[in-house]
Amino acid sequence: MEILVCVKRVPDSAENEIEMNSEGNDIERDDLVYSVNEWDNYAVEEAIQIVDKVGGTVTVVTVGDEDCDEILRREMAMGAEKGLLLNDDAFAGSDCKGIATILKGAVQKGNYDLVLTGAQADEGAGAVGGMLAAMLDLPYASLVNKIELGEGKLTIGREIEGGNREMNEITLPCVLSIQTGINEPRYVGIRGIRKVSGVEIPELSAADMGIDAASVGEAGAGVKKVDYFVPEKGEGAEMLEGSTDEIIAKLIEILKANGGL
Amino acid sequence: MGQVFAYLVHRDGVLDDAAMELINAAKAISGDAATAIVTGSGIDAVATAAAAIFPNVIKVDNAALAYPNAEVVRKALANVIPAGSIVLFAHNTFSMDCAPGLSIKLGASFVSDIVGIDGVEGSALKVIRQEFGGEVSTHVNVDIAGGAVVAVRPGTFTADESKSAGGTVTDKSADAGDLSANRKFIEIVEPEAGDVDITKADVLISIGRGIEDEENIELAMNLKEAMGNAAEVSCSRPIVDAKWLEPARQVGTSGCTVKPKVYMACGISGSFQHLGGIKGGLIIAINKNPNAPIFQAASVGIVANIIEFLPALTEKIEEM
Repeated sequence: MEILVCVKRVPDSAENEIEMNSEGNDIERDDLVYSVNEWDNYAVEEAIQIVDKVGGTVTVVTVGDEDCDEILRREMAMGAEKGLLLNDDAFAGSDCKGIATILKGAVQKGNYDLVLTGAQADEGAGAVGGMLAAMLDLPYASLVNKIELGEGKLTIGREIEGGNREMNEITLPCVLSIQTGINEPRYVGIRGIRKVSGVEIPELSAADMGIDAASVGEAGAGVKKVDYFVPEKGEGAEMLEGSTDEIIAKLIEILKANGGL
Repeated sequence: MGQVFAYLVHRDGVLDDAAMELINAAKAISGDAATAIVTGSGIDAVATAAAAIFPNVIKVDNAALAYPNAEVVRKALANVIPAGSIVLFAHNTFSMDCAPGLSIKLGASFVSDIVGIDGVEGSALKVIRQEFGGEVSTHVNVDIAGGAVVAVRPGTFTADESKSAGGTVTDKSADAGDLSANRKFIEIVEPEAGDVDITKADVLISIGRGIEDEENIELAMNLKEAMGNAAEVSCSRPIVDAKWLEPARQVGTSGCTVKPKVYMACGISGSFQHLGGIKGGLIIAINKNPNAPIFQAASVGIVANIIEFLPALTEKIEEM
């Protein structure tokens, strides 16, 4: 099975304190630590497990510049055989539709049976997979947390509300967005990353993929972020302050008064 | 601006409550009510319920739509909705499945999980979204010249519960077109009943990423032992993803809905998916990040590292 996994380089929410810049129109980006979007690690792990069972190749692809080399190599160290970087000045400022348009170009340059994305990334849009599938006229399912292999098709489980799982049969080729928890992504050590440091990662530009530069990037974006701001906070919680002992004493009183103890 | 539509989800013959919020979302865009769309098989009762909220309701009735398979619904909607329209969804697991692809088929812009609408300026629909788990918000301009598909976070708009629209239902089943799809719904699998039932507990000691390590789970278990039979340990999604606790202990829209007397959110940032699972009780938040969104939802807050705070609290309760 030939599998393409679309990944994204994002600010690592566990490693960063998000603060506004001095102008108050964007977050402070200078010291942000970046990593692979958490959902994408599950997608790459799932792809590797499928190829381990039935053979084939896992290719990881991202849209970005040289800074993305590191995250592609991290996913290759997990076991993805190939990396692919979609890099063009015209891609900067793309909205979700722009990213899907660029990825469509990459999908059409290959011969993939299965295309995976993370269910969502840092912006929480969860849009690229579904858009990509619609552009390619391929069947799509989102929030997939179970995959069973069949003949020319997959049986997949989707996470829906209340802990329920919606089971579907979907024909290949298809596009799936992968939800966290579907597997346990393997650990990648420094040694693993060193092993793939010499592997060449090919790059494709807009022209290489026959993409009209006006349909992507800032120029093609129908959805534009104007600024960042910190929303006015409501009253919020009554904060307990003092020494740890004082806080605990107050907390125990509150627990008692509310039926907690 | 194109016509505004609202796609309404229903289950077991009952409209999702979000319908009552979507009518107010539509009014925030156009100043006017939207046309509701319901799809399914044998949906007269649902269409009538929708007509109590919306002045105009379109129903698309077809056996192929009996289960809301997003791939099939998307085809029906793309055939029924005119190009250039604005289509509203409630942001949920169905909209995530259906709406992005629909926007492509309609040639429309797409924006998901919005938490506010600032009206329309020229061809820009001005909306608000959140990033980084709600720590910061963004103003976003959506080009609606070619229409837009917009998924609205539940709870963003107040519900119009008057049910006095007295609307009319139009049958557009004949316009649904080809509803064949390469994805077939098989069944819904319910979660296995776990050994614990967190929905019955008076006190939930709920842990999130702040617990840091699997071996620290026992800090919450120790506190539960000290607090007695009425207490149970629950958690947020990352703890279940990491397989540190079983899925039956997960609180949130994708897990259990709980209504304890006291909900102690320990090291939980407070995503809307998590908060969506807490339907009552006093929320006490303990988090080392003073900016964590959970402090906006909680009644009582403590800025502390739970790794140190939970053992200290356990010790004091044991001494009582």
